[in-house]
Amino acid sequence: MLLSRSVRALTAAAAAAVMLTACGSGSDEGGAGDGGNVTLNVNLFGNFGYEELYREYEKANPNVKIKESTAAYNDHHRNLATHLATGSGAGDIEGVDTGFIAQMREVGKQFTDLGTERQAEYLPWKWQASLTKDGQQIGYGTDVGGLAICYRRDLFQKAGLPTDRDEVSASWASGWDKYIEQGQKYAEKAPAGTAFFDGAGALYNAVIGQAPVGFYSEDNTIVVGSNPEVRKAWDLVVKAVQSNLSAKLLESSPEWNNGFAKGQFATIACPAWMMAKIKDQSKNAAGKWDVAAVPGGGGNWGGSYLTVPKQGKHVEEAKKLAAWLTAPEQQAKVFTSKGLLPSIPALYDKPEIAQYKDPFFNDAPVGKIFTTAAKELKPQYQGPRTGDIQTTIRDGLVRVEQGKQSSDESWQQTVSDVDRLAK
Amino acid sequence: MAIPALTARRARLNRLDTKGSPYLYVLPFFVLFGAFGLFPLIYTGYVSFNDWNLLDAGSHEWVGLANYRELVRDPYFWNALGNTLSIWVLSTVPQLLAALWIAHLLNHKLRARTSLRMGVLLPNITSIVAVTIVFTQLFGRDFGMVNWLLGVVGIGPIDWQADTWSSHLAISIIVAWRWTGYNALIYLASMQAVPHDLYEAAELDGASSAQQFWKITVPMLRPTIIFTAVISTIGGLQIIAEPLLFAGSSTPTGGSDRQFQTAALFMYEQGFREFRFGYASAIAWTLCLVIAVFAIANYLITRRIANDEE
Repeated sequence: MLLSRSVRALTAAAAAAVMLTACGSGSDEGGAGDGGNVTLNVNLFGNFGYEELYREYEKANPNVKIKESTAAYNDHHRNLATHLATGSGAGDIEGVDTGFIAQMREVGKQFTDLGTERQAEYLPWKWQASLTKDGQQIGYGTDVGGLAICYRRDLFQKAGLPTDRDEVSASWASGWDKYIEQGQKYAEKAPAGTAFFDGAGALYNAVIGQAPVGFYSEDNTIVVGSNPEVRKAWDLVVKAVQSNLSAKLLESSPEWNNGFAKGQFATIACPAWMMAKIKDQSKNAAGKWDVAAVPGGGGNWGGSYLTVPKQGKHVEEAKKLAAWLTAPEQQAKVFTSKGLLPSIPALYDKPEIAQYKDPFFNDAPVGKIFTTAAKELKPQYQGPRTGDIQTTIRDGLVRVEQGKQSSDESWQQTVSDVDRLAK
Repeated sequence: MAIPALTARRARLNRLDTKGSPYLYVLPFFVLFGAFGLFPLIYTGYVSFNDWNLLDAGSHEWVGLANYRELVRDPYFWNALGNTLSIWVLSTVPQLLAALWIAHLLNHKLRARTSLRMGVLLPNITSIVAVTIVFTQLFGRDFGMVNWLLGVVGIGPIDWQADTWSSHLAISIIVAWRWTGYNALIYLASMQAVPHDLYEAAELDGASSAQQFWKITVPMLRPTIIFTAVISTIGGLQIIAEPLLFAGSSTPTGGSDRQFQTAALFMYEQGFREFRFGYASAIAWTLCLVIAVFAIANYLITRRIANDEE
């Protein structure tokens, strides 16, 4: 009796386990439905700000349904590379970041050629970065990063720093050393539980984004070990970390997201797309954020592309949608709704962009700040492993943040890790 | 003339039926095993002798043992293997002891026994990803509950991801939480097969409850303990999802200094970040051999221990 009862219980538990497992794998089959309907799968990372645009496109094209999936930055690009390699699984449209566009360019034959019709619209370097050696265009540019510094007025005020954006911009106009100086002033009277910036990796990306040459020389060789700019940026960030200015958060990690909500840091290196993340993560701090110019001026971090992999089921429809989403009118809309800076320079002088002020950022003239930054921007050449080199350098800086290694030890390990990537 | 030939044919068919049909019945298993078990295994072996770039549409070149030679000289591989063993020991040993203890408790007459027995399996049927994400929050550096509790007694805060020992401990707890109940249930099932008169006789002879447990229950559970030890070894040495998600930034390097990168995670990094398919396959085969060695060693050791008990 006893045995049979417990056997029954075990069987029930096992059956429940099987059922729960079965529930886990939902069906996500895209593809053609009935009556010529198509579902287009759009795979992105972060926030491209397309939600409303999809509805608009679906209304104009009733036979098209759009399904967006987003993944974390690294996951997304790793998945895409894997799907290209194995010949299946990629979406109809795949977003690619500046850090990975060169890697995709190397396997350009996997992507649909988008032609040359739109070349004249784009910033020349943006167009060039997604062009393969044999002149095939693999992606329409969406946005460029530009650079600014977003900061919390309320925290600055509590720490006794000037809060007016022109004063803030002026305080570090001469460069990052002044930014660190401001940080040290902040640290003296910092509100409890707050730091000056979010994390070493993110700050590093901004600093290196201003250098004329970054991780790659234009002949596609990695110059991390030999380019003095790379080490200079490293030393600068280490100095900021050792002055105890870092909240020691990894960009895009759950803790980092949480850091916005809890107000754990007072400034953050702010490419235009970062404004979208700030809006998503710190809804409770609307009006407290503001935008100042970046130390030293100029620079770029990030910016993306929409590509159409050849393995997709609806290449023609996907091309149309990608072209529409990246067309000037749509780029303008995404700028005013999410703050993503257009990669089409003709838009920079349009009043609805150049004069746009964002209420979330205390009516900062983000249009003026970012279009000025974009015009000054000197593009930096990116190679196939740029994204992974960024991650490797970030890990190196995290070792310093965690107190596991000295700056020199960590630098040496970082350089040898980057050498491994080059193999 | 025709009749003997016919009977001969029928006899031949009969013989074929009795001799052949059992093979036919087991064929589906072997076809499936061949397609999804054996073939990938052998193919991985073949790939491991090549320099094989996954990104470049599978272009490859035969390099013999070069991948294996590189592997034994690769400090990151030995680091990953060390981490794997450390996490495996930290999670498996307490896990099996706790499972034995829980099973012993559940074997008594308790109120709501069935729901308790089913309850211990609950952690096992939850999604591994969800569990790891929740635990990673509990182990959060700034706002995690574990640090808050430790703070109450004046310890910490601990940056769980930063150090080798703390990250291994946290990951082991995630693994143990998920699998303890599963093992407890297996132990429980086999405890119930222990004849009750053994306990009655022991009680008459004045054996205490602890003596009964160590002298009767554990030796009688010997085959089950061997089974769970071997299964936990195989599972524990393949851990990948927990350390991948524990990092919080979805990079497969297992922390800033690879302090919690396991061997399976290292294989994933080489295969799907570096796209070195050949090298990743060499890691897979090496890991397979390591697991086999450990599983056999474990089998021998647990059999020995259980023998001594008798």
